[in-house]
Amino acid sequence: MIAVVDYGAGNLTSVARALEYIGRPCRVTDDPEMLNRASHAIFPGVGAAGDAMENLRSRGLDRWLKGWFASGKPLLGICLGTQVIFDYSEENQTPCLGLIPGQVKRFPRDIQDEGRTLKIPHMGWNGVAFSRKHPVFNDLSREAEFYFVHTYYPAPAEAGHVIGRTEYGLTFCSAVAVRNLVAVQFHPEKSGTPGLKILENFCTWDGAYAE
Amino acid sequence: MLSKRIIPCLDVRAGQLTKGVKFQGNVDIGDPVEVARQYYEQGADEIVFYDITASADGRAIMIDVVRRVAETIFIPFSVGGGIQTLEEMRQVILAGAEKVSVNSGAVKNPDIIREGAKAFGSQCVVLGMDVKGVARTREIPSGYEIVIHGGRVYTGLDALWWAKEAERLGAGEICLNSIDADGTQDGYEIDLTSLISTKVSIPVIASGGAGKPEHLYDVLTRGHADAALIASMVHYRAYTIPEIKNFLHDRGVKTRLAW
Repeated sequence: MIAVVDYGAGNLTSVARALEYIGRPCRVTDDPEMLNRASHAIFPGVGAAGDAMENLRSRGLDRWLKGWFASGKPLLGICLGTQVIFDYSEENQTPCLGLIPGQVKRFPRDIQDEGRTLKIPHMGWNGVAFSRKHPVFNDLSREAEFYFVHTYYPAPAEAGHVIGRTEYGLTFCSAVAVRNLVAVQFHPEKSGTPGLKILENFCTWDGAYAE
Repeated sequence: MLSKRIIPCLDVRAGQLTKGVKFQGNVDIGDPVEVARQYYEQGADEIVFYDITASADGRAIMIDVVRRVAETIFIPFSVGGGIQTLEEMRQVILAGAEKVSVNSGAVKNPDIIREGAKAFGSQCVVLGMDVKGVARTREIPSGYEIVIHGGRVYTGLDALWWAKEAERLGAGEICLNSIDADGTQDGYEIDLTSLISTKVSIPVIASGGAGKPEHLYDVLTRGHADAALIASMVHYRAYTIPEIKNFLHDRGVKTRLAW
């Protein structure tokens, strides 16, 4: 069973619908016992880091996520879910889960490309340059693009944890792979066929990954 | 780098498209879910639904359409048309739309932008602006005025002021529709689009006037738009989305070519 971690953050139904569509029905739940019965966990989210951490703590899901990560079972972070796995977010100066070392930073206000100030949030379709092979990112076209909408971006402390990079005035980490954890800044559930492919790959992944 | 988005717009009344959309074999299709699926498969980057039903019955039917669209396509889509309250926004988002667009509802009650952004996040709240060119006055220094009710009612709001105000209130994006250009297929209002898009920091979708791929090129370059709305030019099969994207790509505009 695939579990989607429900912590009251944003629209989880779009992830559930995408899983339904690829024939991997899921359970959306905040109950740690129910979550523990899952084979794979997806940790999505839209919204602000501070609210997310508060909601996770109040439901005991901060501890649950650390335990799940340590257990070796596959974990997929999406967007805000990806951001809060780091130590700290600049968004409202929020201490986060610290599953992996690093910070979450805001795009600079005067970020530029070819002399033109770029819009914030980074909203729309952009490419991801994957630096290594990974079972979850298998069989994607090199031209594939993914749907992003965010103002903050992950900055892992260890370069080895970065597996995908995206350009938006600067180069930022858009995909992370550490042991049984894969985390993406974009929305695979809203990224058409290549996004659905990532979800499919995740659902059949055993969590093993040699860095 | 970020791709410029190409966004087909579908007008829906009581759960049916107001005009049929022609696909392969020139068959007219009136079902918004089926048309959304076809545009999704053709590489649309996003889809906009504009509900022109005013009645509560019509709204309930639209919610069902939104739910079915969300089960069928896996790209973002937005729903607008007559949204006046936070509760109406909530219904549309819960049914599966990524974004909700508010237009005259926000003119009458600007707080809906702030409340919507607080409840669902700025990325969910699109401000739809219908704009007409007018004489420059002290009240309308930009020479562009916000109109509502299909352009019949002038609001006294300056378009540039309103765009900045919406950004300040928390709108995540602006869909900028020129009433003067709308339906002409003679091209977007480039000056208006450039004026607004270079003065706000949130993305701007240009709307109104698209008839040829050249028009999209103009508005995405000289007009500084982040995205372009299209309707008749694809609905009646004058062009397909891949044709438009290839045209732009060949002229150096980054578009999403693989899907």
